[in-house]
Order: sequence, then structure tokens, then C-alpha cells
Amino acid sequence: MSSEWPLWEVFIRGQHGLNHRHVGSLHAPDAEMAVNNARDVYTRRNEGVSIWVVRSADITASAPSDKGPLFEPSNSKVYRHPTFFDVPDEVGHM
Amino acid sequence: MGAPEKTGTVENAALFELLLRMGDNALILGHRVSEWCGHSPALEEDIALSNTALDLIGQTQLWLGLAGEVEGKGRSADDLAYLRDTLDFRNVLLVERPNGDFGKTLMRQFLFDAWHYLQLKALKGSSDRRIAEIAEKAFKEVSYHLERSGDLVIRLGDGTAESHRRMQEALDDLWPYTGELFQGDAFDAAVAADGIAPEPASLKDAWDALVRETLEEATLKMPADGYMQKGGKRGAHTEHLGFILAELQFLQRAYPGATW
Repeated sequence: MSSEWPLWEVFIRGQHGLNHRHVGSLHAPDAEMAVNNARDVYTRRNEGVSIWVVRSADITASAPSDKGPLFEPSNSKVYRHPTFFDVPDEVGHM
Repeated sequence: MGAPEKTGTVENAALFELLLRMGDNALILGHRVSEWCGHSPALEEDIALSNTALDLIGQTQLWLGLAGEVEGKGRSADDLAYLRDTLDFRNVLLVERPNGDFGKTLMRQFLFDAWHYLQLKALKGSSDRRIAEIAEKAFKEVSYHLERSGDLVIRLGDGTAESHRRMQEALDDLWPYTGELFQGDAFDAAVAADGIAPEPASLKDAWDALVRETLEEATLKMPADGYMQKGGKRGAHTEHLGFILAELQFLQRAYPGATW
């Protein structure tokens, strides 16, 4: 039966002020039950204050094979990192 | 507020009885629901049902712990759970009904949850602070149980022809076991008079309304109140309780005092 249910990705916000984090996925017939199931599967140890669910099929992801073209060009552009400034001592720890 | 206050006029016996009834309902239903662990139709349901069972066993510890304290004979929650025989159990017959199929388990859960929710809501205002505190904690858990079981009753009742048929059958089959939840006796009257717990009958209208609303949405036909089974609250149980206890109490019976 569960093979007929769509897959949902679950995001939990651990504490007020923090972002929702992806924690895993589960099967459910609709969004409401996905939230209920997420509550039971992923918040049993007091992990969350808020739950988001989204159908896995609704997520558009970059292709693993595009990793090179997408990300490698920035490897050689060290000047994009603000590491070339002299920080005055008075500023202290940044 | 230091030591637990004594509840003036009410006899300890009536208070003990109330606590056993609350604790035994939670214990026996918790055990029944735990029988699904590893067998539910979907992994998500398996975890959800096991959570419910664990909530109920947790509540059992609180109710029976307090029962032992009130009784004053040095019996712990474990002693009361593991070392009493069927005649000493005070749970309603509804919670010892066999699980049947998944739909029947959910229907039993829903009918009980609706009562449990109203009972705990009333107990939150108990004149006995210890009872009010347990009810406060349990109420949050049971609110979720009711939300979940009600939701699934609606989905399955208003689902396919097959799921509708099974839910209606479950409802018709379990209905005669719901009356006992609202039947009071001298113990109930005693604790009600002291503002410790509501009269069982006083919850019936709210329960009817709550159940009717869900059943209508589920397109299920609410049975008429006819002959109602009873006896559990005074220790007269169906044959099923003996089998439950045989499994539940085996370890302590075979190896008295075993701990781990």
C-alpha cells in the first residue's frame, strides 16, 4: 500500500530563530498526513518546533553530472573570497 | 505547595478506584496497540501507533504510581500492572477488544480517544492537584491521539467501498462497548461529589457530538444506543483480558522480582 503513496521531503525547525533543516523523507497520501507522519517519525525526541513537508517530485535538483560546469569554475577564483584584506588589530576577532 | 494534600472527605477507596480505572484503561489499550509494532500496513503508521502505545504506557505509570501511593500499602505502579489478576483490573471492556484489522484498531482508538480527551479535559480541573497535573500532561498527548485517529477514521470511512465497509463493520461491532464509559457507580459518585472527577454520564452529550461530527464526515452511520456491554469497571472482564495479562505479566510471573 505504501508504494502507492507519494514521497515527501521533511524539513524541521529545531528552535525558534533557526532555519528549517532537511531531516529525511517519508510516504504519505497527502500533505496533512505527511505532517502528521513527520511528527511521529522525526520529532519523537523533541527535535522540533515547526515542520514543513514538500512533495519530493516538486523539488527541482541540479544534476550530479553538472557538478563540474556548475561549481568548479569558482574554485580558481580565490579573489571572490574576502581573504585579501588586512584587518586592523583594533577590530579584534571577526 | 509541599506534600500532596489529602482530599478531605472522599474515601480513599473511591480515589483508588478512579486511579485504577484511568491507569488500567491506558495500560490495556497501550498493550493492545503495541501488538501492532512491526505489523502495521506502512512504516509511518507503525511508528505512529507505537508512539501512541508508548504515550499510554507512560500515562499508566503516572496513574498506577499515584494509585499505589493512595492505597498506602507500598505497591508500586509495576506491582499493580504485573501482579494483579483479571478480577482486579478496572479497565472498560472496549480497550480489551481484539485488534481485528487495522480499521477496527483505529475505530476502537477513536471511540476511546474521544472519551479520553473529554475525561482528561475535565480532570485538568480536578480538586486533587496530583490528578490535575497528570491530566495536564496526558491531555496534550491524547489531543494528538484524537486528531490522528479521527483523521484516519474519516479517510477510511470516506475512502474506498472496501475501507468504508470495514469501518462501518468495526463501528457497529464496537458500539455496544462504548456505553460503559458513561455508566457511573458509587465510587464515581463519591469522587464527583468532591470535585475530583466528572460524573461519567456528564460526558455523554459532548462525546456524542464529537463522535457524530467525525462519523458524518466519514460517511459512516452512527449506531443507535441499544444494549450496552458492561462489567470491566468492576472487574468482570471478557476472556480476552486473561490472554493479554498472560503475555503482559509473563516475565514477572515466571521470574518473580526480575529486573533489568
